[in-house]
Amino acid sequence: MSFDTLIAQPWGAVMAIAGMAAVTFLCRIAGVVVMSRMRLTPRIERGLRALPGSIILATILPVVLDKGWPAIVALAATILTMALTRIDLLSLAAGLGTLSVIRALL
Amino acid sequence: MSASLRPHFSSAGLLQGARAAFPALPGFIMFAMAFGTAAAQKGLSLGETFGLSAFVYAGASQMVALEIWQQVWTPATILSIVTVTAVVNARMILLGATLQPWLKDEPLARTALNLFLLTEAGWIIGTRYHSGGGRDIGILLGSGIFLWLVWLASTLTGFFAGALVPEPSRFGLDLVMPIFFGAMLVPLWKGARPALPWLVAGLVSLLVHALVPGYFFILAGALAGVAAGMVLE
Repeated sequence: MSFDTLIAQPWGAVMAIAGMAAVTFLCRIAGVVVMSRMRLTPRIERGLRALPGSIILATILPVVLDKGWPAIVALAATILTMALTRIDLLSLAAGLGTLSVIRALL
Repeated sequence: MSASLRPHFSSAGLLQGARAAFPALPGFIMFAMAFGTAAAQKGLSLGETFGLSAFVYAGASQMVALEIWQQVWTPATILSIVTVTAVVNARMILLGATLQPWLKDEPLARTALNLFLLTEAGWIIGTRYHSGGGRDIGILLGSGIFLWLVWLASTLTGFFAGALVPEPSRFGLDLVMPIFFGAMLVPLWKGARPALPWLVAGLVSLLVHALVPGYFFILAGALAGVAAGMVLE
């Protein structure tokens, strides 16, 4: 049997999904594997401690700025509510509510 | 107190973890439904759509995969979709690195499951709990399992009923994920100096976003933030 018949429908899709799943799982475990073989120096620890906030800003800043000022105001409302109340679901509601009110008025 | 500061696992934590994941739900439901809807429109079968959500389980890479999905596969197209997936998901290497001290004495099988279920949202929830002094790995696993099940259910809902979903932007739901992440920023705040690397990360991601197409800006920004954290005393 040639490779072409092997990846004919539906096995081609199965192999694509299996390949994607395998490489994603590798990404998921690689950090743990590497760190378990590395000495955690204070410098590396400092770097990793900066990661949560860094990844959040790196993820949301371009998206929010692309969506314009209503998104910026909504994000500010979320952060303000969270800073004042520390209730995450309320902060989420405040942000989404602000955004839908602005969009309804525009 | 010292006992609770050592990493441990409790099955009571599973339920607590599922509850801690609640704020991530709106974003998860919207994203997975959008994926299910787009997959159905693109002509993927139910099995293909479900398989991507269940086993790849990484939203951004699933969306990108739809753009290059094939009716007939060749070794070259399979290699290219796997490569693109690796590039989009490479940022997960960083997430795993921060979890290693917490997971190091865990049984291998449970760590494999925990890492299979690793997502940015679940990791943010786990990190928040960990930085508050919590060490129960049940929390991490519980939120992971719960979010995965919600992801699958929402994918199927989108696949079958996507046409019935109203325009997401009407309720601000296109921004629900960024708003969730924004809220999670607050408990991480420990003053302006420790947040300096965040600023570097944000600026670098903006720059890369303007110059390079795709999702590369997240990885670039995150790496810049880690580098800044290492350099700044």
